[in-house]
Amino acid sequence: MTSANSLFGPLDPAPDAGYVDAPKRKGFFTDTSVCIGCKACEVACKEWNDVPENLYEMLGTSYDNSHSLNANQWRHVAFIEQPAGRSSVGLPPTISDAPGRDSVDLGMPTLGAAPTEVPEDEKPDFRWLMSSDVCKHCTHAACLDVCPTGSLFRSEFGTVVVQDDICNGCGYCVAACPYGVIDRRRGPEGDPKVGIAQKCTLCYDRLKDDQRPACAQACPTESILYGDVEELRERASARVATLHEQGVMDARLYGNDPDDGVGGTGAMFLLLDEPEVYGLPPDPVVTTKDLPQMFRRAGMAGTAMLAGAALAFLRRTP
Amino acid sequence: MAEAHPVGFQWVMEAKKRGARIIHVDPRFTRTSALAHQHVPIRVGSDIAFLGGIINHVLQNELDFREYVVNYTNAANIVSDKFEDVDGLDGLFSGFDPETRTYDPTSWQFAQEDQDGELGQAQADDAGDTAEQRDTAAGMQNEAHGMQVGSHPPRDETLQHPMCVFQVLKRHYARYTPEVVEQICGVSQEDFLEVCRAWTENSGRERTTALVYSVGWTQHSVGVQYIRAGAILQLLLGNMGRPGGGIMALRGHASIQGSTDIPTLFNLLPGYLPMPNAASHQTLSDWIDGVRNPGSKGFWANAGAYGINLLKAYWGDAATAENDYCFDYLPKITGDHGTYRTVLDMIDGKVQGYFLVGQNPAVGSAHGRAQRLGMANLDWLVVRDLFEIESATFWKDSPEVQTGEIVPEECRTEVFLFPAASHVEKEGTFTQTQRMLQWREKAVEPPGDARSELWFFYHLGRMMRESLAGSSDERDRPLLDLAWDYPLHGEAASSGWGEPSAEAVLKEINGYEVATGRLLSGFGEMKDDGSTLGGCWIYSGVYADGVNQAARRKSRHEQSEVAPEWGWAWPMNRRLLYNRASADPQGRPWSERKAYVWWDEDAQEWTGHDVPDFEKKKPPSYRAPEGSDGVAAIEGIDPFIMQGDGKGALYAPQGLIDGPMPTHYEPVESPFRNLLHGQQGNPTRKEYRRSDNPLNPDPREPGAAEVFPFVFTTSRLTEHHTAGAMSRYVEHLAELQPEMFVEVSPALAAERGLEHMGWCHVITARSAVEGKVLVTERLRPLRVEGRTVHQVWMPYHWGQGGLVSGDSTNDLFGISLDPNVLIQESKVGTCDVRPGRRPTGPALREYVEGYARRAGVLDHEEGPVVTASADAQQRSAAAQDGADQHSPQQREDQ
Amino acid sequence: MTGSRSFLPWPLLRQFTAGDVLGRGAAVRSRRTDDIVPRTTGADRVAHSVCPYCAVGCAQKVFVKDEKVVQIEGNPESPVNRGRLCPKGSASKNLVTSDLRQTKVRYRAPYATEWQDLELHTAMEMVADRVLKSRKDSWQDIDEHGRKVRRTMGIASLGGATLDNEENYLIKKLFTAMGAIQIENQARI
Repeated sequence: MTSANSLFGPLDPAPDAGYVDAPKRKGFFTDTSVCIGCKACEVACKEWNDVPENLYEMLGTSYDNSHSLNANQWRHVAFIEQPAGRSSVGLPPTISDAPGRDSVDLGMPTLGAAPTEVPEDEKPDFRWLMSSDVCKHCTHAACLDVCPTGSLFRSEFGTVVVQDDICNGCGYCVAACPYGVIDRRRGPEGDPKVGIAQKCTLCYDRLKDDQRPACAQACPTESILYGDVEELRERASARVATLHEQGVMDARLYGNDPDDGVGGTGAMFLLLDEPEVYGLPPDPVVTTKDLPQMFRRAGMAGTAMLAGAALAFLRRTP
Repeated sequence: MAEAHPVGFQWVMEAKKRGARIIHVDPRFTRTSALAHQHVPIRVGSDIAFLGGIINHVLQNELDFREYVVNYTNAANIVSDKFEDVDGLDGLFSGFDPETRTYDPTSWQFAQEDQDGELGQAQADDAGDTAEQRDTAAGMQNEAHGMQVGSHPPRDETLQHPMCVFQVLKRHYARYTPEVVEQICGVSQEDFLEVCRAWTENSGRERTTALVYSVGWTQHSVGVQYIRAGAILQLLLGNMGRPGGGIMALRGHASIQGSTDIPTLFNLLPGYLPMPNAASHQTLSDWIDGVRNPGSKGFWANAGAYGINLLKAYWGDAATAENDYCFDYLPKITGDHGTYRTVLDMIDGKVQGYFLVGQNPAVGSAHGRAQRLGMANLDWLVVRDLFEIESATFWKDSPEVQTGEIVPEECRTEVFLFPAASHVEKEGTFTQTQRMLQWREKAVEPPGDARSELWFFYHLGRMMRESLAGSSDERDRPLLDLAWDYPLHGEAASSGWGEPSAEAVLKEINGYEVATGRLLSGFGEMKDDGSTLGGCWIYSGVYADGVNQAARRKSRHEQSEVAPEWGWAWPMNRRLLYNRASADPQGRPWSERKAYVWWDEDAQEWTGHDVPDFEKKKPPSYRAPEGSDGVAAIEGIDPFIMQGDGKGALYAPQGLIDGPMPTHYEPVESPFRNLLHGQQGNPTRKEYRRSDNPLNPDPREPGAAEVFPFVFTTSRLTEHHTAGAMSRYVEHLAELQPEMFVEVSPALAAERGLEHMGWCHVITARSAVEGKVLVTERLRPLRVEGRTVHQVWMPYHWGQGGLVSGDSTNDLFGISLDPNVLIQESKVGTCDVRPGRRPTGPALREYVEGYARRAGVLDHEEGPVVTASADAQQRSAAAQDGADQHSPQQREDQ
Repeated sequence: MTGSRSFLPWPLLRQFTAGDVLGRGAAVRSRRTDDIVPRTTGADRVAHSVCPYCAVGCAQKVFVKDEKVVQIEGNPESPVNRGRLCPKGSASKNLVTSDLRQTKVRYRAPYATEWQDLELHTAMEMVADRVLKSRKDSWQDIDEHGRKVRRTMGIASLGGATLDNEENYLIKKLFTAMGAIQIENQARI
């Protein structure tokens, strides 16, 4: 029986997905106030997970040359150059207009902006924000909800993981993700996972042996913390309180609220500006929120979807 | 620090979490600035003015840690009244010889020590031929030698005597007011005073401040004096030898500290023993006395044992007391044989063969064109590296092949590229930046023909010895008598091509008793009678008790924060040098918070969290008997045990070529005249004036400012490693910073019409390099001497090879060197910046020469180095007492 | 692989028999997912090493499986890095296992326009011959002032800051014994 909140609202995802005696839910807390933008997380992730190169092109978006999260980039460090006190609303480029295209105006006013003479005596209170983005491992993960093959699954740790051996590359998950995280691998040629949906697994294999995810292990400044989500939420709240006490009133949390549109995320963030500034959607909602209603109103549609799933599965059988 | 040493930076973040205030002084806003409380942009090359300003602030406001200063530094020492400071001499100190552009430092000495009778022989030598000291980078020896001053100079501990160091220093820096700092450095008085306040308030009994620098300080024509200025400040504030204090040189290569300790440097032998000099070290006793400096305090008094142990390690049984332990086998240096001199010699056809071992000078050294033209004029070149680097392929794809200056069919250099073993394919020790040795285990065999350097050089030596076997030529004795017998292991051992045992080499470095083979527990056991041998005295103890101490890996969770059982630090596993200074003169911790090493009255010995850097049983109350020297002369209140007087040097009467106190000089290439003196740049700097090494003009030259109006500097990116051999060929790094770029401020972009992400090129008298434009407010124009100066920044990681390629920034620099250590000025120069790509092919040379011609430097018509007034030059020369005993030498390479 | 399995273990059936009614968790796990272990756990051995990039001296653990390096990561026990690594240190496996590494000796004859391969021991003999010849041709017993120098100014070397102490020790020892003095490294730069 489907519980009323399996697709929306607060919940502990692993027991909901049928795990008995599941370990505590695991996740990340990325504290961007101590991120030094070194990209160790990007590299450590690639080394551990055999993620191939993404692109060799300077993008001109400060020191970010990885562009965004995609199948070849499971951690992505954003760099935002910003004079403080100046509202800096920038929307991230989407993957469809990725590299190779003409330079995109990212709306980051300090980069490549029309040159202006800095008044001699005025000292700009400049900020350089850095933030390592990653799959959110949503409580209500639309990618997982729409996956017709069962390739995407909820792990015993409450994380959302792709099973490479099952994915048939249908791409439903790509459109479903409210954060634009999951993506099918496009290259390089010869890579065994080309065509397969790929994203952060929260190092599922390492977790099974009680090891920390590669990015969290490498992070030099503990900007990326790994642990029990419940405890991380408390730490995140405490950290915001500390920063507020120190006068950093911009500090805020992102993804820590179980009542938000995705039921809270397994990967939460401490940001120093609006989420949009970092290329994060301000109010993400799980795209399958209304699925139960749809089931009730049109049971046939649901059946058809399952049938589609069965077909999709069968297509993989040699 | 966050940029180039991110993992080291975790400790800064840790301190920040605990309430520390982080200040970052840097020409541009970097990833370090992003996490600092305060970023202070500064004009490149003006650091002595900035630090001098803080020193002045401390002295004028009496903010020094007086008890520390009086007892542990030479503040009370009385300087000779013949000494004259720069203010009266237009930027020169007394004793300047315009012919050689060096000083006779006789007048710099402490009072009563400038009479011949009071000086030791070595000291007299040292004080004498500074031209020779400059050529042989003698400053590097002083890194461990300390100053060779007498042990008991006259003192005034009230610090009131007008010629005491404290007062001399106070006068010297009196001109470095906040206004002057603002004028020279482009730092606002508000920012500057904030730094002064933070630094001084965080120093004293209860608190300490750490100073961290890197090649942003060393790569200047006044680089050593930058660091001296930092040292003076840290001594005045009582931050040396104490936990949380000190000066940290953050070094940039895995074992660059080790390669200085066990040097591959022309002027040094292991343990900072000098390479013998033909002029002054023709015998063993000359050489040893040159180090030992009879009459001074300190542990160099045992230099005889250190030197003889090295000779025994080199020549084993052949080295006997009768033949002076084969001292004669050591080749002698006669001047400057540094890497830049050598490269120019290559261009001049004086060098036949060149080895490059894990080094890519075609990209990494200053004046890349000179580097490559030098390589193209050799008989043979051996390159040992992991990848096919630019220094191995210059003959086919260097920029000079594009310009037609190197034609492959006409280039005679024979090139051998040997694949090298990586760090996981061999065992051995690295010495990291805090002098700690860590042993690496071998994980796997190297692929294919890749081999370790140990293998390569061992077998090269073996084969040469085999070829020469039976030679009766006397010159071959040093090779044939060499102790070159190391156990081999691995599969190839049976065929004679095995891997030499790195442990056996480390044991030889540590030293052992010749008769029994018992490994020494430390350099204290080294004898000067040939009964012990040891290859590097400061590393003695790394194999104490027959255990490889560098391989210790006791978890940090199971030991104190000092972590004495992780690896091994020289000397004698001391983690913090001169830590006697962490206790007060009576031997008690300065404060509970800062307790580190102290005198235990009950046990009558020094104890604490670290190995005391002091004789364990010598009480704080110990006073040296009259006439003592060496170790016995070190008193209970002399923490700086390697210095000739046991005191920290606020003033350095010896050992520095360019003056006893740091003074502000402009960089060799600067758009500004020296605000303080007629003397523009470091008058003693090493220059090689020749047509292939043009320098951008002095700002005094008419029109100079129009041709090269901007200042540029360079540094590393987190994502790359130095000359790129270990990052441009690695997918996961290359993609993170895939292209060469040039950072400019929005204002400069507007002035020069540079478009964000468009192309631009940067031009100097040496070359022009191109890159993408990154317009960013992380760089901003500064206001200096009443006008705006634009600073341009570039990373220097690219060359034509690798997964990502681009122009090499180091091609822009010429060669001018610090006179103390012969390190090049490659952190500052002047340039022009233009939109669009640079010309290619032969047109590039024409373009660059056009600039040089317009600047008036095409045919080495650069202005004079000595720009102090003629009157000042005369008075400086006259200030030295008596005739110059050293006749000036004519050298083309002044 | 899982592809040829019968219809029975199909997740749809499992999801109704397990507690995972929506088929998003326990019910849809493939056998490979169940069996997965981190490759560090399955390694044959671990070598303790030190990062080869900058001088901070971060401790690394090098995991080896079937004589291949399968992972390099920070050693959490180290008081220097506490298990952390920067992007360069994190790329160490990429560095040592790169396809771009040279594994053969390459030789460029005078005036040649291309590389050719050389057998390792042959190359060693050629280098030894050239060193001895250059040494002989450029030998100085005395300098221009008649002072004893016993050296060659014909052979120079640069490098060492990324090498081991033991290697630098042998390099300096050998060059000194052969009389070569222009021996330099990155510390001068």
